[in-house]
Amino acid sequence: MPASIGVSFHNVEKRFGSLAALRGVSLEIRAGEFVALLGPNGAGKTTLLRMAALLMSPTRGAVQFTSSEAAVNDRVRAQAIVLRPEQLIGLVGHSTLLYDELTAAENLTLFARLYALDKIADTVATALDDCGLATRAGSLVRTFSRGMRQRLAIARALLHQPSVILLDEPAAGLDRQGLAWFSARLARLKADGCTVLMSIHARNESLDLATRAVALAGGRVEHDSGSAGDPRVLLAALRREQ
Amino acid sequence: MTTAKAASIILAKELRLEFRTRELLTATVIFALVVVVLFSFAFDPTAAESRRYGPGLLWIAFLFAGSLMLNPSFAREQNNETLDALRMAPISSFAILLGKILANFIFMSLAELALVPVFAVLYNLSLAGIVWRLILVLVLGTLGLTVTGTVFSAVSAHARMRELLLPLLLLPLLTPLLIAAVESTASLFAEQPALDRTWLAFLAGFDIVFLTASWLLCDHLLAE
Repeated sequence: MPASIGVSFHNVEKRFGSLAALRGVSLEIRAGEFVALLGPNGAGKTTLLRMAALLMSPTRGAVQFTSSEAAVNDRVRAQAIVLRPEQLIGLVGHSTLLYDELTAAENLTLFARLYALDKIADTVATALDDCGLATRAGSLVRTFSRGMRQRLAIARALLHQPSVILLDEPAAGLDRQGLAWFSARLARLKADGCTVLMSIHARNESLDLATRAVALAGGRVEHDSGSAGDPRVLLAALRREQ
Repeated sequence: MTTAKAASIILAKELRLEFRTRELLTATVIFALVVVVLFSFAFDPTAAESRRYGPGLLWIAFLFAGSLMLNPSFAREQNNETLDALRMAPISSFAILLGKILANFIFMSLAELALVPVFAVLYNLSLAGIVWRLILVLVLGTLGLTVTGTVFSAVSAHARMRELLLPLLLLPLLTPLLIAAVESTASLFAEQPALDRTWLAFLAGFDIVFLTASWLLCDHLLAE
């Protein structure tokens, strides 16, 4: 079972030249929370997620990973969080982060090896089976449909059982069956105590899993239902917008 | 995971991708062969002229082929933002760079393996008795070319005009390496073949300096 890790954004600012993508965002996301990141295009959702994925440094402020009380007592785990947080993060981005000229199995095997996972063949077979691509394990990714690529991208992001899962429009390209699989997968991750940050535009059933909703606008936090609050008001607003 | 182990995984991925598509190797070998063949027909050199100008032409062909080959090294990681996935893995940035340097070194060496015999035939130069010494010069020169080229491929990968940017960044920096490589090769093709140890030491020094610099700067090179 993955360790419970939270993410803290302390007055985070990100500038690209003269453009401010984030303007002093402060968020304390507790271990095990399922946060829906809402907001229009250009609100700063992707930038926030890329910072949490350690792919981007803030111009000002800091991003920190915090462990739950149980994990804090485990010194080895606590050190791992400080030294190698990337081991604990899984990202589904705008792009698939997959090699088109490798097969589905080769893609997952590559990342399983980079994450030094045990029993790689079994892990890859299980992941492919779980995302419904076992019969296409030997097919090149470039021959896949958009939905199949997205399912494989999700499987790749979850391969190493991350504690913090960052999802940037993860439902893009998924058909109804794919969405059902994705929602069920997210429910399992939530039950396992994973921390989830999911940016989303279109309403889908996976949003019902959210325990907190944060709306960004113009690089700032516009609304936050809070850790103890009810996200349904903000999510209902999203539904009305569509 | 050790850097060597992680680099070997990246290397295996690079080799698998290239040998599946053969995009870079085919284009590079054909391009380099065309350069060598065209020069041989254009000048129709005598044996003395071949010894004098041949090494320069050979390294020009390698340089052009290298520019062609090295550019996509990081650029093709942009297609599906796969570099992000590599950067998120718990491996050092240097492992990513080293894996790519080794892959490019192998690709360049294969291209040279195809090119050198053709060059020797067209320019009427004998490789007998100098093969191992020539391999030493080629290895050192190619290593410098691929280390520098791979580093600048990473630098230019995010640029809009990266195809133009890489040669612009690369050529001035590679000038000392090319002079040393040409001089070392020329001394081997001379009437009395000899290995010029001064130029050889320069080549080795260049490789060490740039390999060390890439190790020191790898985090910045791969950062967004």
